[in-house]
Amino acid sequence: MKASDIILPDSWGHFGPHGGRFVPETLMTALEELEAAYQDSKKDEEFQARLSHYLKTYAGRPTALYFAENLSRQSGGARIYLKREDLAHTGAHKINNALGQGLLAKRMGKQRIIAETGAGQHGVATATACAMLDLDCLVYMGEEDMRRQAINVYRMRLLGAEVKPVASGSRTLKDAINEAIRDWVTNVQTTYYLIGSAVGPHPYPMMVRDFQKVIGIEARQQILEAAGRLPDYAVACVGGGSNSIGLFYPFINDTSVKLVGVEAAGEGVESERHAATLVAGRPGVLHGAMSYLLQDEHGQVKETHSISAGLDYPGVGPEHSHLKDTGRAEYVAVTDTQALEAFQMLSRSEGIIPALESAHAVYYTSQLASTLPEDSIIVMCLSGRGDKDVDTVAKMGE
Amino acid sequence: MDRLKQSFDSLAARGAMGIIPYLTVGFPSVKDTLSLVPALIDGGADVIELGVPFSDPLADGPTIQRASFHALAQGVNLGTCLQVCKQLRDIGITVPLVLMGYYNPIFSYGLERFAMDAQDSGVDGIIVPDLPFEEADPLQTTCRQHGIHLIPLLAPTSTDARIAQSCEKAGGFVYCVSLTGVTGTREELPPGVPAFIERVRKHTDLPIAIGFGISQRHHVESLTPLAQAAIVGSALIEVIEKTNDGLREEAVKDFIAGLKGMVPTQGRQ
Repeated sequence: MKASDIILPDSWGHFGPHGGRFVPETLMTALEELEAAYQDSKKDEEFQARLSHYLKTYAGRPTALYFAENLSRQSGGARIYLKREDLAHTGAHKINNALGQGLLAKRMGKQRIIAETGAGQHGVATATACAMLDLDCLVYMGEEDMRRQAINVYRMRLLGAEVKPVASGSRTLKDAINEAIRDWVTNVQTTYYLIGSAVGPHPYPMMVRDFQKVIGIEARQQILEAAGRLPDYAVACVGGGSNSIGLFYPFINDTSVKLVGVEAAGEGVESERHAATLVAGRPGVLHGAMSYLLQDEHGQVKETHSISAGLDYPGVGPEHSHLKDTGRAEYVAVTDTQALEAFQMLSRSEGIIPALESAHAVYYTSQLASTLPEDSIIVMCLSGRGDKDVDTVAKMGE
Repeated sequence: MDRLKQSFDSLAARGAMGIIPYLTVGFPSVKDTLSLVPALIDGGADVIELGVPFSDPLADGPTIQRASFHALAQGVNLGTCLQVCKQLRDIGITVPLVLMGYYNPIFSYGLERFAMDAQDSGVDGIIVPDLPFEEADPLQTTCRQHGIHLIPLLAPTSTDARIAQSCEKAGGFVYCVSLTGVTGTREELPPGVPAFIERVRKHTDLPIAIGFGISQRHHVESLTPLAQAAIVGSALIEVIEKTNDGLREEAVKDFIAGLKGMVPTQGRQ
């Protein structure tokens, strides 16, 4: 494993020009404390053993690497392997990070946990970890998203979390993060902010990546066992970018492995109604970090659109911006319609209903496979299950 | 000519506490901003702070968020705010003008272009609530070359080490946030404010202005003579919100005069 040799971010949280800490002064000391506590926890064998124990016996890791033979045949070309994060507890990769940060909060003696959620997957994962770890949980969710994802609101409440509607701005994920940061500024001494993606001020992008890199570590080992060699491609969807950085990171020094992130093109990248930050944005500052950003000519953050609430975000994790700038990873975008097509294709061909987020990666992977020779290998992260999206898709069909 | 230094020197000579009102540019309209600023000065304002609206004002409470979204809907952007400053100078306003705005619109405008245009528009300083000193060097350097002060924010949670580092780079004045939280009026200021100001005072000779939560004369009195100025934002926006068009100039003038202890505060308890 060479990935551990990479010393990024630097000590101030920069990945090249991206990352850093662009937050109100009130939070700076808390971020310094968080970083110190996180670094300590990495050296604490008991903490690491506890995290491994929960990942194994509670979250169900390792998740399987499945050779999707039917999808591969249908696509016609490369062999497609799916990293089955949909099989993790709560149905998505989000639990890896929620458990890691939940244990860290506990270690820091913070009883009150706040989180933001878009589709509700991170909110559910956080509420789950808090129930198990006996922590108080408050989740901020945009009013519009609460309407779209009512079942996840109910799930969070069932798990004992409080869900607070956010009525400002576009009433979606971006505004839920703003409101969570406002809460944190106010209650910083007693509260732990459990961010759900590899975004935000340092150390969050690094920390979330580290809690998610278990995806790539497992996948790398599993493909070596299954195919006897490294894959030609690693593919994952990118909203904030936590499942993708989790998959990519352990492959970064394997230069023969091409890394591709798939963003949401919504109604088309030219349509203005999309969320393809790395494909169509330019660098800027939102939610505490410098990174690619969808913004207008005056530096105002744009409203985004995607059929998938989990990808409907104008920013992206700073490490992805760095991977784009250095050319180590490539970023592409897939439309709502294409994602819906892949949603049905994977359901029928493999009996796996993917989350709409993951369906973006499925579409691209299938297209890519068709252009490659039959002995090529693609590993794709199936980041979550699609039960939550069945209603949305059913309504689209009407 | 350093207008901020002149203004604070004059306050010190009189032994007076300064009042710094905050207005979001374009709230309720750009025309109103141009007529409200002279009224604030008539009321006794010592420095004017002009807010640049941003789509994601994460250090602001509901009142300033409202004003900010309203201004954005009027099409106000950083360029508009610079033009407003220039127009204020053109009509003979000589009090210091300080912009307060989040980093992304400034970054997007271009740091060099911003500093040049700000200088041309008669801007004296800039406050950027999401730019701690670690990230401030590029803007600081550029602004310094154009005679614009980058005014740092300090919080009750800032360690002595952070206060020392922030003050080392500070210019104009130091903005102390009275509480852990977002902007917005509060009934009482936290009891720890005097100790916090004293902690900052050990690291700087610059004037100290205190903001967040201030809305009433007794707040201002409680800060005298520890701080050199009090910043009032949300309370002023609320005065504007509840006053009809045509009466706002008189209302904000009275409000500032009331905070200064010159006349009884009218219309607001």
